[in-house]
Amino acid sequence: MIEEKEARKICEGVLARCKGNQAEVTLQSGEESLTRFANNIIHQNVAESDAQVTLRFFIDQQSGTASTNRTDKPGLDQLVERARNNAKTSPPDPNYPGLPEPAKYQRVAAWDSSTAGYSAEKRARAVGAVCQMAVEQGLNASGAFTTGSGALVVANSQGVFAYHSQTSADFQTVVMGEDSSGRAQASSWNADELDIEALGREAIDTTLKGRNPRKIEPGEYTVIFEHYVTEDLLSSLNFYGMGAQSLQEGRSWMVERIGKQVMSPSISIWDDGLDIKGAPLPFDYEGVPKQRVDIVKQGVVMGPVYDRYSGAKMGKPSTGHATPISFRGFGPIAMNLFMATGEMTVQDMIASTKRGLYINRFWYTRLVHPRDCVITGMTRDGVFMIEDGEVSFPVKNLRYTMPYVQALANVEAVGKSSHLLIGEFGGTGTRVPALKINAFNFTGSTV
Amino acid sequence: MHALETAHSLGAQYADVRVVNHREESISVKDGIVEALDSSETEGVGVRVLVNGAWGFASSRELTNQAVDHITDQAVEIAHASGIVSGEKVDLGPKVTSQGTYHTPVEIDPFNVPLEDKLALLLKADAEMGTEKGVRTRRANATSLKEHKYFANSDGAFTEQTIIETGGGIGATAVGGSEIQARSYPNAFGRQQVTGGWEAMLSWDLPGNAQRIASEAVALLTADPCPSNITTSLILGGSQLALQVHESCGHPTELDRVYGSEAAYAGTSFLTTEKLDKFNYGSPAVNLTADSIRPLGLGTFGWDDEGVPAQSAPLVKDGLFVGYLMSRETASKLGRYSNGCMRASGWNRIPIIRMVNVSLEPGTWKFDDLIADTDDGIYMESNRSWSIDDKRYNFQFGTEIGYEIKNGKMGRLLRNCTYTGITPEFWNSCDAVCNADSWVMWGTPNCGKGQPAQIAHTGHGAAPARFRNVKVGVLK
Repeated sequence: MIEEKEARKICEGVLARCKGNQAEVTLQSGEESLTRFANNIIHQNVAESDAQVTLRFFIDQQSGTASTNRTDKPGLDQLVERARNNAKTSPPDPNYPGLPEPAKYQRVAAWDSSTAGYSAEKRARAVGAVCQMAVEQGLNASGAFTTGSGALVVANSQGVFAYHSQTSADFQTVVMGEDSSGRAQASSWNADELDIEALGREAIDTTLKGRNPRKIEPGEYTVIFEHYVTEDLLSSLNFYGMGAQSLQEGRSWMVERIGKQVMSPSISIWDDGLDIKGAPLPFDYEGVPKQRVDIVKQGVVMGPVYDRYSGAKMGKPSTGHATPISFRGFGPIAMNLFMATGEMTVQDMIASTKRGLYINRFWYTRLVHPRDCVITGMTRDGVFMIEDGEVSFPVKNLRYTMPYVQALANVEAVGKSSHLLIGEFGGTGTRVPALKINAFNFTGSTV
Repeated sequence: MHALETAHSLGAQYADVRVVNHREESISVKDGIVEALDSSETEGVGVRVLVNGAWGFASSRELTNQAVDHITDQAVEIAHASGIVSGEKVDLGPKVTSQGTYHTPVEIDPFNVPLEDKLALLLKADAEMGTEKGVRTRRANATSLKEHKYFANSDGAFTEQTIIETGGGIGATAVGGSEIQARSYPNAFGRQQVTGGWEAMLSWDLPGNAQRIASEAVALLTADPCPSNITTSLILGGSQLALQVHESCGHPTELDRVYGSEAAYAGTSFLTTEKLDKFNYGSPAVNLTADSIRPLGLGTFGWDDEGVPAQSAPLVKDGLFVGYLMSRETASKLGRYSNGCMRASGWNRIPIIRMVNVSLEPGTWKFDDLIADTDDGIYMESNRSWSIDDKRYNFQFGTEIGYEIKNGKMGRLLRNCTYTGITPEFWNSCDAVCNADSWVMWGTPNCGKGQPAQIAHTGHGAAPARFRNVKVGVLK
């Protein structure tokens, strides 16, 4: 990872090469190690160290970008030359809103030295404990334990310099038996907060309870979603419609719904880059400070998140949600999402259900139609029938096809605790509770 | 060689090293405005070691001897940690000692084409789409990629490769009322991509197809919806079939999935080893091949990332399941030889089993004859949505466009088309595959697998084919 002093030197060196032109430099650096296991052994075990410098170069309203992971003098000289050439070739963009001016950034705690220095041996010992528990039950454990540290810098020719360093840790395991499986996952910027043995026990417990699953007919069911499923609901609604650009292009589920009550009053969703209970990042990839944005408040759609480009088009200021340059065409997205908790535990939800399904996880979920965020996917790693307030038997996996907007309208109860999960896409954090939802539509089953 | 010597001195019984430089240029035009014009470059070195039968890997962007020493030390230390939770010692089978150089054959190096010419082509295609009123969003893009790679291993292999790829495409999205419809060309998800030069981009004639796809997007807004939950004959167009092959044949034949290595993430496979040479994966019309030698394929190269030479091997022959995609380690476990499917997405990733070019071999039907032979059915083309379970069994796909087929003729336009099925049932219902006249090598440059995540570029040759008794129209 490149420390702040060195990062400043690199960024200032690039900006000095662009003198006379507006320019923006992004420097992302870090180390990440991942220990992967399957069949109760470690089969892949890797480490990487990288740093990427990305430059946006402007000639009035013309812009070009370039990136490199070479931070020596020739590497940075070539970077500027390539970005300059791209800008020269590109026609002017009349919608270019200019670069942001310097602002105050709140420093947020997201660094843990122990996590940054986590050793391969320590990861192996933790993984070994889970594998041993699985072996003792005659089961097969697989998964991954990741630890890392990194820094993000955004600097521009207007005087912006924003630096944020963070650590990260994620443990996930799938435990399989002959005809059942279970999964557990947790993320944090502090590896010591992960109770890895508890996660292993959770996955093993689900697997043991899931033996001899029965096939049931697809159709509408009341469902109790573990927080892993809620994360999928929220992430899908994020990627397919919480950003202003998706609204401008008419593909967002928010179209013609802003200000309207379209979800259950128990549903509130917001993004807050400064909240350390998530995966905090105090500024976005344009160097704009993160604003807290209410996206859904008590079931009413409040509006999207903005970057400078999409905001300028709609006469709104950026809320600090610009994505990295390589994803900029996708538009702004929320990156530290939260869903409000409720009053019930998962056990309370089960006890209150006459007939329904408990579902641990969704898998391979994909957009079928954008306007209502219709998604199809499979259940995985734990499905159970609930009858008369109790779990009655395990169920074979089902395929569902369901508008996610409607799913959140059908929410009957929200879990009282929330859990952080960090997604693969740019480290997006999502802190979510379990949900109880009525009339969820299943359209197929496995053989 | 320095890394290999260091690894040996630190106790590694096997080591390999890759030094990779990857350049990419991407241009994106949206609604007449250049949204992005980007040139990226990344380079680095990755060292993989086997110590006491357990793996370790480390990588760095620094190419100095000092950095290589550091990551080799680190890889060995990681391998020792792997040994804490290890099982059977890894057996790589026979030594691999490949030598040589490979360069993707190109007529026009895409990095020698002036940016102005590339932009002009995209802006012309954009303007053609813009002539169709009712289109809300227009996109056009071009991608050029050049990867230069050295590979060496402690068996004695040393290879040098330069892979060049060219990609491009256009898309039009129309919005009306509560409906939104998109059309793409030549392939869905932004672009078609091949190993080859700028000549491929010119052959696709984006401007010449722009007005057509814009009109189709607008027409789809008011088209009839796909019939709901019926069972009928389904004819899939080439690009949709390519993705069907990718998801329901390519992935389940990956032997690492079968052995459980991907269980926690990508999943496993229903094609377990007792089915090899015994299981009827499809009808006799179904012949599937894995190759890394066919022109234009995104899985075409000189050697894989274990130094195994490019080759061709059947996966399904006359419907019978006969082969897997394999690495040295998994092939050895199965008692076979690697067919060269280990690929890493970059210098900072280990090679894992990936598809090369997994293709449905051409059949005998002319496309027009196939339509004429179908009394009642639906033709679907261009993927819009894809989902399949973790064993690669239960799938559901959606396409951008469909047409009803009645009495041997293409009829009314259909929107929001979907179909669903179970992999072997689906492929056993295939009764006709079109001939080489309509066979195209499609590119899938966005295949995700592995942890940390790796994006692979895979090729899939396919011609339209017919499937009987397929459930269609699953929307909600």
